Amino acid sequence: MNNATWRLIAVEGRLTVRDKVAPVWGVACPLVVLVILGSIPALREPLTADLTVFDVYVPVLILFNVAILAMTALPTTLAGYRENGVLRRMRTTPVGPVRVLAAQLAANFVIALIAMVIFLLVAGLGFGVDPPRHPLGFAVAWLLATAALLSIGLLVTALVPSRSAATAIGTLLFFPMMFFAGLWVPIAQMPPLLRDISAYTPLGAGMGAFQDAYLGGFPSWPPLVILVAYAVGCAAVAVRWFRWE
Amino acid sequence: MSTVIEVHHLHKRYGDKVAVDDVSFTVEQGEIFGILGPNGAGKTTTVECVEGLRTPDGGAVSVLGLDPLRDRAELTRRVGVQLQAGLLPDNLRVGEALELYASFYPRPADWRALLHDLGLPAKSRYAALSGGQKQRLSIALALIGDPDIAVLDELTTGLDPQARRDTWALIEGVRARGVTIVLVTHFMEEAERLCDRVALIDAGRVVVVDTPAGLADRAQIEQRLQFRPSRELDVALLADLPGVTGVTRRGELIVVTGDDTVVGAVMAVLARNQITAERLRVEQGGLEAAFVQLTRKDLP
Repeated sequence: MNNATWRLIAVEGRLTVRDKVAPVWGVACPLVVLVILGSIPALREPLTADLTVFDVYVPVLILFNVAILAMTALPTTLAGYRENGVLRRMRTTPVGPVRVLAAQLAANFVIALIAMVIFLLVAGLGFGVDPPRHPLGFAVAWLLATAALLSIGLLVTALVPSRSAATAIGTLLFFPMMFFAGLWVPIAQMPPLLRDISAYTPLGAGMGAFQDAYLGGFPSWPPLVILVAYAVGCAAVAVRWFRWE
Repeated sequence: MSTVIEVHHLHKRYGDKVAVDDVSFTVEQGEIFGILGPNGAGKTTTVECVEGLRTPDGGAVSVLGLDPLRDRAELTRRVGVQLQAGLLPDNLRVGEALELYASFYPRPADWRALLHDLGLPAKSRYAALSGGQKQRLSIALALIGDPDIAVLDELTTGLDPQARRDTWALIEGVRARGVTIVLVTHFMEEAERLCDRVALIDAGRVVVVDTPAGLADRAQIEQRLQFRPSRELDVALLADLPGVTGVTRRGELIVVTGDDTVVGAVMAVLARNQITAERLRVEQGGLEAAFVQLTRKDLP
């Protein structure tokens, strides 16, 4: 890590914020939903012995944030860089285009981290939602879910031919992924078949790991293994077949 | 002077299509070397091989004694590149772009001075810049690493005449700092104005390497003399002159074509007959005419 790398990360972070998709859809939108849901008394009734419906929605919205960054902001930006010759221009400098990719990933990671902390604080201080009872387990689950999503976003970027295709495919993947995270129907209330499918999707696995951490234990291995598999598998394919031009 | 770029029998295909057939030239330290040719002649592919952006299918390229592919890291530090479409993210501000790019190089130029010299607005977003400003910024980025060589591709395409002239003055200033410049262009006027030597490339081959004036000579461009005689004149007197290739009447005007001796010869005939040449005009084919002629027929 040297001066150029830090500067690139800072610049990519600033550009991501200026681009508006990340701050508006990735942060402000789920935050508003969080506040609205928190203000509905019915959702504060216990769903299970330990959790209210609202408690379950806090991690869903945290995943919503990461999914927007990884599935729409990241692929659209990077495919745009490729389309507009930004990556090509970087190839003529000593820094090279790989570090631009890395800086974009790092910038989105940092924004997701800040958003996650804000969400937990608003839910906790504003609505009295207890923080995850197993903080380390929660941190591990969040890191792996974020890695898996960014990796999928990178894969989309690697394979699509254009910026518009990146936006389209990212958005297309976003909705089923959020469905299986329980955005519309909490996973616990899904029919058994959908619940089984959900466990194998990146966000379903992420929710499974979060649930365990919220209830006080270190996440069980199956969701963590699934998240690692997504992260490593997609990154490997993306690196192997990345279109630079 | 020493040689800083050597290109030897360069060959590059894209699939079945030959982009560069056989190109050889050398560039000396401190000169402005033009690569000139019609669209699709292989100019850009040639310089991309010099920059290490493409892998040649044949031949050898050496830049500052480096292999552009094997020694990429060192090459990128010492060769500044302006791409035909050298783009930046829309929301990046000019000052940020220069500061960022400066951090890529071990001994960068002073980016604030470049900003000032090129008259660029530090706070403007890239997307908000005019065509001329974008072009100046891309030149600034090519110079930010304080390179030994700057490769500039289609420098003034899309600029208005004033912006073009400003850019030329700028390039002369850069050369004055000792930077060797490789200039890819299809504008004759630009090559004539800026270049010390020009390689004329057509259909993937070097037609000729010479000074712009040498190129015009080599093409044996005809002179064209046009005037209105002050009184009636027998055109046979002119047609018989050595060096004259044609005499035609166009209304009250007489048009004489021939080699570079015709102006003197025609004037002498007119003087002997006490005729003055009114509305006299002499046209000499410059690089543009040479370009057309040299890329049309096969000359040595």
